[in-house]
Amino acid sequence: MEGLISNISGFTAIAAAIMIGLGACGTAIGFGILGGKFLEASARQPELVSMLQTKLFIIAGLLDAISMIGVGIALLFIFNNPLLSTALTLAKTAA
Amino acid sequence: MTTTEYIVHHLTHNSVQLPGTTGHFWSIHIDTFSMSLMLGFIFLFIFTLLARCAKVENPGKFQLFFELVLDMVHGQVKDIYHGGKSKVIVPLSLTIFCWVFLMNLMDLFPVDMVGFVNGLRGDPEAHWRMVPSADVNATFAMSLSVLVLIIGYSIKSKGLLGWLKELISAPFGIKLAPINLLFQLIELVAKPISLALRLFGNMYAGELLFILIALLPWGAQWLLGVPWAIFHILIVILQAFIFMVLTIVYLSLATEAH
Repeated sequence: MEGLISNISGFTAIAAAIMIGLGACGTAIGFGILGGKFLEASARQPELVSMLQTKLFIIAGLLDAISMIGVGIALLFIFNNPLLSTALTLAKTAA
Repeated sequence: MTTTEYIVHHLTHNSVQLPGTTGHFWSIHIDTFSMSLMLGFIFLFIFTLLARCAKVENPGKFQLFFELVLDMVHGQVKDIYHGGKSKVIVPLSLTIFCWVFLMNLMDLFPVDMVGFVNGLRGDPEAHWRMVPSADVNATFAMSLSVLVLIIGYSIKSKGLLGWLKELISAPFGIKLAPINLLFQLIELVAKPISLALRLFGNMYAGELLFILIALLPWGAQWLLGVPWAIFHILIVILQAFIFMVLTIVYLSLATEAH
């Protein structure tokens, strides 16, 4: 019984770490490329900076989306683990 | 109470079962429902007041500030929406922006303020989530309404048969109809799902981080909480703006033929 719960908790922790970590990697690389291109373009044509900045924020919001969804799901698994509650109800009914 | 109990208590919604029903489907999160309704009424009240008392000469600072907001929304619609004249797009975008912004703004209130007020009422263990957009139900409600609008605009600009024909014949031509249908349906379904989950994920993660910071000792709270709160102010405005811009983009795409 303790073995089962430790198993599920351990795997959940690793799963949450992978979800958040890989999401952060993708977002960081994306923001880096986006910011670099923005700086290049604003150095080349300073009069377009305000228009480009609006579009920068729009694309930044889109980049954030999937990693935020990943963070939300990972935190849901850590604090309200549905897999753990399924296992516990099955163990209770079996006992 | 233990740390986990504190966190779980702060993440539980005040769920009320509709009278005479059973099961989880017929329970409402009464905190999300009433907070979003109240904030919607505040938005309507402020803007109706401004519309009634708008002055051409000698506008006050109040009126000028909201004219700024309205100009921003107008500018975005003019840049992005290519579907011809529509009387609905600008009011819709203004509503989405202001309502989502007000709902997100609730996240900046202290985490334990709800507990304090409930303690004064004599019921310190009551659940009440203050941020409606950190509830999947609220964000999905808005994005499913946007989905209905997308389908409505598609049908209005192409006709019902024209839209159905486009579903099976774009982008590969009528011979590959099943693949076309699959791609189009995935695209159609991905739009509201990503809209809802983007807003939910950002707000849920922000609120959870505030709860985790509230568990730290006093000095560390200020050290971590201040930068996170400042960053979160940006996120609050940005997510409302993104929701509005993506709504306008999707509606504009709905009126264009492939």
